[in-house]
Amino acid sequence: MLKCRTVWKKLAPLARASSTVCRQNVRRTGLTSSRIPACVPVAHMSTGPAGGGRENQLYILLVGAACVGGAIYTYRTVKGDSQRYQDRIEEISSRSYKRATAEPATPIQSEPSVILEPEPEAAPSLEPEAAPSLEPEAAPSLESEAAPSPEEPSPPAPDAEVAVPETTELPPAAEQTTTADEPVVEASPEESAEPAAVPVVEEEPSPPSEPSPFELTELPPAPVVESEPAAAESPAAEPTEPQPEVVAQSGGPAPDSLKVPSHTPYLLIGGGTASFAAARSIRARDPGAKVLIVTDESDPPYMRPPLSKELWFSDDPSVTETLRFKQWNGKERSIYFQPPSFYINAEELNGAENGGVAVLTGKKVVHMDVRGNKIKLDDDTEISYDKCLIATGGVPRNLQVIERAGEEVMKKTTLFRKIEDFKSLDKVSRNVKSITIIGGGFLGSELACALGRRSTEYDLEVVQMFPEKGNMGKVLPEYLSNWTTEKVKSEGVKVISEALVKSVVCKDDKLEIKLKDGRLVKTDHIVAAVGLEPNVDLAKSAGLEVDSDFGGFRVNAELQARSNIWVAGDAACFYDIRLGRRRVEHHDHAVVSGRLAGENMTGANKPYWHQSMFWSDLGPDVGYEAIGIVDSSLPTVGVFAKATAKDTPKAATEKSGTGIRSESETEDTATSPVASLTLAPTVEQHQDEYGKGVIFYLRDKVVVGIILWNVFNRMPIARKIIKDGEEHADLNEVAKLFNIHDD
Amino acid sequence: MSYCKQEGKDRIIFVTKEDHEAPSNAELIADDPNDPYEEQGLILPNGDINWNCPCLGGMASGPCGSQFKEAFSCFHYSKEEVKGSECIDNFRNMQECMQRYPELYPQEEDKESSQAEASSSSVSAAPTEGSALPPETDSTPATSTSDSTSLIDNQTAS
Repeated sequence: MLKCRTVWKKLAPLARASSTVCRQNVRRTGLTSSRIPACVPVAHMSTGPAGGGRENQLYILLVGAACVGGAIYTYRTVKGDSQRYQDRIEEISSRSYKRATAEPATPIQSEPSVILEPEPEAAPSLEPEAAPSLEPEAAPSLESEAAPSPEEPSPPAPDAEVAVPETTELPPAAEQTTTADEPVVEASPEESAEPAAVPVVEEEPSPPSEPSPFELTELPPAPVVESEPAAAESPAAEPTEPQPEVVAQSGGPAPDSLKVPSHTPYLLIGGGTASFAAARSIRARDPGAKVLIVTDESDPPYMRPPLSKELWFSDDPSVTETLRFKQWNGKERSIYFQPPSFYINAEELNGAENGGVAVLTGKKVVHMDVRGNKIKLDDDTEISYDKCLIATGGVPRNLQVIERAGEEVMKKTTLFRKIEDFKSLDKVSRNVKSITIIGGGFLGSELACALGRRSTEYDLEVVQMFPEKGNMGKVLPEYLSNWTTEKVKSEGVKVISEALVKSVVCKDDKLEIKLKDGRLVKTDHIVAAVGLEPNVDLAKSAGLEVDSDFGGFRVNAELQARSNIWVAGDAACFYDIRLGRRRVEHHDHAVVSGRLAGENMTGANKPYWHQSMFWSDLGPDVGYEAIGIVDSSLPTVGVFAKATAKDTPKAATEKSGTGIRSESETEDTATSPVASLTLAPTVEQHQDEYGKGVIFYLRDKVVVGIILWNVFNRMPIARKIIKDGEEHADLNEVAKLFNIHDD
Repeated sequence: MSYCKQEGKDRIIFVTKEDHEAPSNAELIADDPNDPYEEQGLILPNGDINWNCPCLGGMASGPCGSQFKEAFSCFHYSKEEVKGSECIDNFRNMQECMQRYPELYPQEEDKESSQAEASSSSVSAAPTEGSALPPETDSTPATSTSDSTSLIDNQTAS
C-alpha cells in the first residue's frame, strides 16, 4: 500500500488525466458493483492525497498491480536466466563427461572447469590460452563456478578412480596441443600423465589413449594412430575395434572451436553415402581439394544396405563389432566406405598440401546463412564455405499410435536406420521371444526375412504386418506381390496383411497391438519400418524451397538449390529429365546423385542422366534388380520364362534327384503344345511360375520402370530402354533383348 | 508356345526359350559416344583421363591421389618406346605414399607397383570397356560397393 502511495504521487498528473477515462469506462461496463466490495478494504487503508473517489482508488489498485506484476516479472526473468545459465553450465560439464566416457578426447568446454584447478600446479599461461577458446559468457562466471565446486572436474575426466591431479593434468595436456605452446607445455604434463595412465590401462582402455591422439597431431597420422591404440589396449582387442574409436577421437568431438577450420572450400553437410560419393568426386576432379564432411552421427561414412541384409547372414559372432560382410564375389569388406586412415583430421585440413577429406563427427549443423555462405554448428562454431552440399538424408517415420502410446512402448520400439539400430536389434533378437515388424516395403520385408532366418535358431517368433495385400504391395504388381508374400512366409515369418494398427499398449511387459479389424497381436518388440522423413531442418534458415509432393529440398536437374548449394541423396527432390520430378531413397541413387553433385560442385554442369538402380533379396529364391519408376499403380507387362528345372537358384544347387524330377515331369507335359492349353491352369499353381522374367512399368505407353526378376547382369539394357523413352508396340520384343532364358 | 493373361491392368506373358530365339525387332536409339551427359569411361573423348571413373575406385581421391594422378598421367601421355619408362620416379613416389597407408592400399609393395602398371596399361588399351561395366558386371550388391574398392579388389583378385 505504501508502494502504491509513492507511485501514485509520482504518477499523479498522468493518472488524473487517464482516471477520468477510467471512471467513465468503469461506469459503462457496469463493473462498479462487483468491483467496489473488493475495493473497499483498499480504500480504507490507503489514504491517498486525492482522497475521495472510489474510481481513483480503483485506479490506484490497477496501477499498483501493474507495478507489482512488472517487478515480479523482472525478478523472475533475472532469476530464471541465471538458473538457465547454471543449468547450461552443468549440462556442458555433464556432456563433456558423457563424451569422455565414449570418446575420451576431452572437449574444451570441460577444460575450463578443470583449467582453474591446475592453475596453481601447471603453467599459469594456460588460462589466457583457455580464454579465447571459451565463449565470453562462460569465462567470467566459471571462475566463480570452479571455486565452490572443485569436485566438478573429476566427473568429466574419464577415470574417476585415478587421483585428481592426474585427471586435471590429462585435460590440460589435451587442451594444450591446440595452442601455440604445444611442444613445450606438452612435455611436462604428459610425463606425469603417462605413468598415471599406465596403471589404468587394464581398467579403462580409453584414458591412456587420450594423450596419444594429441601427441599425434604432430606426427603423420596413420601409422602412429594404429600402433598407439594397440599399445594402449593391452587386453587383446581386435585391431579393427580401436579404429572407429580413434576416428572418433581424432576426427570427432575433439575439434572444437579451435580445431574446426573456420573456412573450407567444400563443405558437405551429412556423412552418408551421397556425401562420401561427392567427396570422392570432388577429390578426383579438383586436385588438392579440401573437403570437410560434417555429420551428427558418431561414425564416418558407411553404406546402409548391409545393415538389413548381409550383416544378418554373417557367420561371424562378432559381426556387430566388426561390421564386416561377405560380398557376392566372396570377398569380405567393412560397411565403412574407407578405413579411418583415409580421412585427415579436421584441424589439418587447411594445412594439407594435397588437400584431403576430413570428417567432423558428432556435430549438427543448425543454421545456414546463404547470403554469408556460412553455417553454424550446434556448439555455435561457424564455418564458411565456397561450395556446399546438403546430404542430410532422413529420419525414420514412426506411427502416430506408437508415439502417443508412451514411454513404455517407445522403449520396446526400434526405428531402424543406423549402425546403432542394427546393434540394438541384433541384441534384442537374441533376448526376446517375439518381434513384430510393422511395414511391408523394402526395409520391413528384408528385416522380416533376416529375422525369420534366425527364428529357428533362437526360438523367435517373427511377425510382419502391413496395410497392403502383400509384401512390396506398393512396388510389385499384385500377382507378384502375392507370390512374394508366400516366399516371405516360407522364410519363417508370420505375415498379417491388410493390417491397420489402431493402438499399442504395454501390458505385463509385453506389447499388445490392436488392429482396426479387431485382431490382437502380442509381441515383445516392435520394429517400425514405415518410411523415411527427409531431413529439411535447414530449409528454414537457408531459405530453401521444400517440395510439397515428395518432400525434401527442391532442386533443379543439376541438383542445385542455389548458386553454391547442391542437394543429393534421400533429401533431394530433383528434376529427372526423362522421368520427371522425383525423390529417390535408394543406395545407388545416393551414389549417383552424390557423384553428380560433386561433379557439378567442381564445374561440370551436368544434369541427372545416368539412371540409378536398386535391388532387393528376399531369401534364397527371390532376388531382383530394378530401375526407374516402379510403382504398382502403373499398368505393367510382365514377361516370364516358363520355368524349367534348372532355373531356380535352389534347384541349381540341389544335388538330389527327387526335387528336380518331380518338377521336370510337370514341365515336360506342360510344354507339349496340346497339353499346354488344358494344363495351363495347373501350371499356374506351380510354385516356380514366376521364377524369372522382366516386368515393364508403363506410363502413357512409355516404359518408365523395369524390374529384372531373378535375372542378373542385364541392367545396362534396362537403363538404355528407359533412357530412350520410346513407345514400343510389342513389349515381348523388348523382353527378347534381355535373354531371360540364358543364365 | 507362350501364352498371355491379363489381371486387371497387369499383363502377364509366359514365353519359352524357342519363342525368344528369333532376334528382337525392338528398335533402340543409337548412342552418341560423345554425349557429355553420359557417364564417361576411363578415357574421355578428348583423350584425357577421367579421374572420376568408378573403375578407379578411390585411387585418385585418396591420400595418395595426387601421386597416383601424376604417375598415371605420365604413363598415359608417355610417347617412349617402352611406355612409361620415364615415369619411374612418379611411380616410386606413389609407391612410397601407398606404403604409408597399408590399410588403404593393402598389397605387398612389389606386387602393387607391377599391378598398378599392368592395370594402367590394360586399362588404357581398352578405354571404352573400362566405363560403367566393371561396377555392373560385378554382381548386384557389389555394384555400388565395388564403386569404392574396385581397384583394390581388382588388385587382390588378379
